[in-house]
Amino acid sequence: MRKLLLIAFKDFRLVARDRAALVLMLLAPFLLTLGLGAVTGRFSGASASGISRIPVVLANLDRGPLGSDLVAVLRSDELHDLVDPTLSDDLAAARSIVDANKAVALIVIPAGFTDSVIPPQGQAAPAAAAPIELYANPTAPTSVGVVKTVLDRFASQVEVGRVAGQVAVTQLLASGRIRMQDTSSIGLAAGVQEANAAEQESVITLSSVTPSGRAVPFDVLAVLAPGMALMFLMYTASNGSRTILTERNHGTLPRLVVSPTRTWQILGGKMIGIYLTGVVQMFVLIFGMALLFRIQWGDSYAVQALVLAAVFGAVGWGMIVAALAKTPGQVNAVGTAIMLTFGILGGTFVDSSRLPAWFRTLTKVTPNAWGVEGFTTLALGGGLRDVVTPIFALLVMGLVLFALALLLIRRRGLADY
Amino acid sequence: MAAILEVRNLVKKYGDFAAVKGITFDIAEGEIFSLLGPNGAGKTTTISVLSTLYAPSGGEAFVAGHSVAREAMAVRNLIGVVPQELALYDELSGRENLVFWGKMYGLRRKVLKTRVEEVLEQVGLSDKARQRVKTYSGGMKRRINIGVGLLHKPRLLFMDEPTVGIDPQSRRAILDSVKDLNRQGMSVLYTTHYMEEAQELSHRVGIMDHGELIALGSQKELTQQVGQNDTLILDIDENQSGAGLAAAVRSLAGVIRADVTNHTVAVTAPEAEQIMVAVITAANALGVKIHSVRIQEPDLEAVFLSLTGRGLRD
Repeated sequence: MRKLLLIAFKDFRLVARDRAALVLMLLAPFLLTLGLGAVTGRFSGASASGISRIPVVLANLDRGPLGSDLVAVLRSDELHDLVDPTLSDDLAAARSIVDANKAVALIVIPAGFTDSVIPPQGQAAPAAAAPIELYANPTAPTSVGVVKTVLDRFASQVEVGRVAGQVAVTQLLASGRIRMQDTSSIGLAAGVQEANAAEQESVITLSSVTPSGRAVPFDVLAVLAPGMALMFLMYTASNGSRTILTERNHGTLPRLVVSPTRTWQILGGKMIGIYLTGVVQMFVLIFGMALLFRIQWGDSYAVQALVLAAVFGAVGWGMIVAALAKTPGQVNAVGTAIMLTFGILGGTFVDSSRLPAWFRTLTKVTPNAWGVEGFTTLALGGGLRDVVTPIFALLVMGLVLFALALLLIRRRGLADY
Repeated sequence: MAAILEVRNLVKKYGDFAAVKGITFDIAEGEIFSLLGPNGAGKTTTISVLSTLYAPSGGEAFVAGHSVAREAMAVRNLIGVVPQELALYDELSGRENLVFWGKMYGLRRKVLKTRVEEVLEQVGLSDKARQRVKTYSGGMKRRINIGVGLLHKPRLLFMDEPTVGIDPQSRRAILDSVKDLNRQGMSVLYTTHYMEEAQELSHRVGIMDHGELIALGSQKELTQQVGQNDTLILDIDENQSGAGLAAAVRSLAGVIRADVTNHTVAVTAPEAEQIMVAVITAANALGVKIHSVRIQEPDLEAVFLSLTGRGLRD
């Protein structure tokens, strides 16, 4: 055990003196997270979610009550912190505002929207309601998504009301309690009543509710930062494993082999050194981001457990790369490719929940995907029990990969490495 | 005196290529034994096998009675290795390197601390101990490299061409320290392609070429193999062949043999001065241009030349 730790601490000390490595391990993820925070408005808004007072332009071409209702919803007190609507009659000018990035979307309530939902007396209901147009700014997908959610909710309430109104009118007409000429007004009143009754909550808030029912405020950086940290953890894992080959080239590996030290002690020491480096890196990033960016990572014990498991999984991948590579250059190239690929697969850059099922399955080979899942759960209020699956998956991943790497290295012979 | 190292028909192959082809020799306790030979002779491979870095392909070797093939850990506790390549951590200081390697050899606490200071003193780097190795000159790195091999006071020290690429002053210091270590009782297997190092240091010399041990003995014994003959060495024009000159010279009185290697003709005779004029006359008659002439008296270089027809550094 003593020699394992000797080799591990020696490697840790060497990394701590490698300025280039420290920049990539610590500074780069900090800077990228800072950039993400700026892009999402996390640092400028009053809200920790980073999404507040989303500027939208409204063009209400409808002359009926439903159009007015939608305008009222968007200008309501409940949504005051979320959206900042501006009314406009000029569609071209409104589109220009969006194109100039001064608003994230233009919402056009078309003429005849109310009539398409609640046909006037004597007119047949159209096949489909007139669609509300959403002219979106492609550079603000998150904010546009929020606006669309609000619109979807409104459309859903309108549909509830419409169906309820039709059912009520049909039943009353059939029973003879109303006359044909009264169907329109009665249908409208019934629909509004049902829609209002169906409205559980008109407040659109960005929060999550944990299985225990506790709601926590949504923080966009708490979802994005783990992805960054995990991506650069993969760099640490591959950089650490590269040292096995650089030590071969520098002669220190043969010197270790001919010292009274067994092969498993040398490899185990290298692995512990990489693991130690990864753990320190993650905790520095987590603590630093909590301090500087006010990120709430969640249950501290669960975060620690998740970190220990994530690093284990990452180191397993690092050892496999070292076992298969022939030169430090190969480890560098493959390690960089893995770092970026796993970052993409794991959800650092792309929300993988929007991707096909088969792709989501593929992401599970990466420690990034399991780590992001776990950290997101914790940031949204989960506890240790909620991250048992990702922790277990990461531990199994690390164990299997390390065992395979050990087999490959021993077959090759450490001296012939 | 008991042998600290016994080597019996040692073979090492890499695929079909035999780098070491069945060599046999012993080293007595307290002896400095040199393996002398040109680059590619198999010296480093021999040390690699004896130090347990690689398993032998055939034969046997024992260090203080422990088999290098079957009792590697026991052997490693007895030997020290100074590899040809520098094997140090550049980002650690000289002292940090010694402390790390000392701990890997089982030294602890006060013993380690004392030994590190002793070795730093021995290699003359006490005042540079806190600087990182990457700031050292080539000679300083070589000295620390040697220091690492000495830390645990091994009974047998393997030194693989420790003076390659360093300045004469550092080289002198290394040779003196090897003699010092030997006076303290350490046995040394020293490989080199510098004849003068082998001559200065060694009690006995083994000459290696193409994986084989072609001669073994003290310097006196080896030079007697080639008799008291001198060797007249002529460097001829690179656009000419020496074969015709060698053939002509062989028939001269007093000439024992004449060999051609590239653009060098080596003529062996009891007294080179006596045949010099006749050889030069023969060269002139054949139109062979001579760039330089020198006389080599019996030494290990001459032994190698006599045995292989080539110089050590050809």
